[in-house]
Amino acid sequence: MRYSALSLFANALMGQKGWKPAWRDAAPKPAYDVIIVGGGGHGLATAYYLAKEHGIRNVAVLEKGWIGSGNAGRNTTIIRSNYLLPGNEPFYEWSMKLWEGLEQDVNYNSMVSQRGVLNLCHSDAQRDAYARRANAMRINGADSELLDQDGVRAMYPHLLDFDNARFPIKGGLLQKRGGTARHDAVVWGYARAADKLGVDIVQNCEVNGFIRDASGAVVGVETTRGPIRAGKVGLAVAGSTSRLTCKLDMRLPIESHVLQAFVSEGLKPLIDGVITFGAGHFYVSQSDKGGLVFGGDIDGYNSYAQRGNLPVVEDVAESAMALMPSIGRVRMLRSWGGIMDMSMDGTPIIDKTHIPGFYLNTGWCYGGFKATPASGWCFAWTIAKDVAHARNALMRLDRFRTGHIIDEKGVGPQPNLH
Amino acid sequence: MRIPCPYCGLRDSHEFTYLGDATVKRPDPAAPNALDTFSDYVYLRDNPAGAHRDLWYHASGCRSWVVLERDTRNHAIGGATLAREVTP
Ligand SMILES: Cc1cc2nc3c(=O)[nH]c(=O)nc-3n(C[C@H](O)[C@H](O)[C@H](O)COP(=O)(O)OP(=O)(O)OC[C@H]3O[C@@H](n4cnc5c(N)ncnc54)[C@H](O)[C@@H]3O)c2cc1C
Ligand SMILES: [Zn+2]
Repeated sequence: MRYSALSLFANALMGQKGWKPAWRDAAPKPAYDVIIVGGGGHGLATAYYLAKEHGIRNVAVLEKGWIGSGNAGRNTTIIRSNYLLPGNEPFYEWSMKLWEGLEQDVNYNSMVSQRGVLNLCHSDAQRDAYARRANAMRINGADSELLDQDGVRAMYPHLLDFDNARFPIKGGLLQKRGGTARHDAVVWGYARAADKLGVDIVQNCEVNGFIRDASGAVVGVETTRGPIRAGKVGLAVAGSTSRLTCKLDMRLPIESHVLQAFVSEGLKPLIDGVITFGAGHFYVSQSDKGGLVFGGDIDGYNSYAQRGNLPVVEDVAESAMALMPSIGRVRMLRSWGGIMDMSMDGTPIIDKTHIPGFYLNTGWCYGGFKATPASGWCFAWTIAKDVAHARNALMRLDRFRTGHIIDEKGVGPQPNLH
Repeated sequence: MRIPCPYCGLRDSHEFTYLGDATVKRPDPAAPNALDTFSDYVYLRDNPAGAHRDLWYHASGCRSWVVLERDTRNHAIGGATLAREVTP
């Protein structure tokens, strides 16, 4: 069924009895052309673009829990394309363009909201860095605006502590096309659209090994629902990547770290865009239900625990108070954690590997939600054509060996600093 | 999480700075395959879900480097040794 105002209206008249499940909960077939491991945003988007752009429809997405139960359903939903380096910015701007057409493309309301992302700056040096970044964005076709203090004041006259003695707000980098999207709805929208093109979405199916032929090529996977063969296998399991690649004796430039997020009690409309603090790691937006959604740094040590510790909670709360003291008495309602695939240079990897039939999508750090459409698009291209598209050509697995690292922050091979 | 510093006793993890996997070893720079071994040493990690040996620096304490045995799935701590006492 196509979703439309008419289908909504018709179902309202029929007592909402005409709705069908949005996708089939498929049982695994013995073999597929392509298997994508991981039913997060990236895995489902990959399957969708494989079917839509490349006509490869005999595809399964294998998910160990339910789709969207990983980072796709845990993130703070910020989308933006405000990167600096040539390896990143064209890719993220392509993602932004796909976001802009996503709802029409997949016929699903993903609540893409271009409410603007404002990065605050607090010093001259930071303003210079933002000016450079703003120019890099424009070179790559993204929008950017540099605001002075009055410009920021006009947006948020009462919220921010402009004349803070330690970190006065001097201005900001604004990307108006940035914003948020409803994370679950992105997952569901891609799942429904992929399913419609014939993709099998198999839940409660954990991959725990690989089938290899005599030449060493990957020709399938072992799962909790039995072996499934495939022409090609692509991994999109975010923080769980090393747990699977170790079965192939592959060591990766990846550490898994926990990132927490927080939601406050519901408030009247207070923050209509996304704001990031420039003097500490803190970013905040307000959900349509009224809760402030915010986060900060990763906990900073290898973790698969999916829950974080108190020092980061304290740090995030302190940053919030430094930036917007008026929320000091707002209560924190919930917090949770997700396992990030932190790469050694802070940039993702979308590539084929030295093992025939085995493809890798990982290293998203804590910025992979915004990348969901472009990641799926580029991974699908790479799997279908056995070669990277120009947009992910630099996101290679061997860049660490050859020295072509893409280090936006310039902090070196220290995953907990990216 | 609290870390049992061998010198200071049980201390809040807030006092420590994390470096990473304590098992990677600096290779011999004079070896003919040094390019490969160094890029592995700098960039590649086992990243296990389970037993892990971490390097922590007790910055707000005794300023020693500590090797911590920790389970990355639940942060259960097995033990801690001063890094300089760990035989390479
Ligand atoms: C708290 C938090 C806040 C974040 N905020 C933002 C943000 O504001 N903006 C942004 O751009 N990004 C953000 N991110 C990052 C973003 O969520 C991730 O980079 C992105 O979701 C990763 O891609 P994914 O959706 O495919 O991952 P996931 O949703 O984690 O998908 C991986 C899937 O693989 C499954 N899986 C794992 N192992 C196996 C196996 N062996 N067999 C089968 N299936 C398996 C998992 O169950 C999971 O469903 C945030 C992340 C977190 C945790
Ligand atoms: Zn100590």
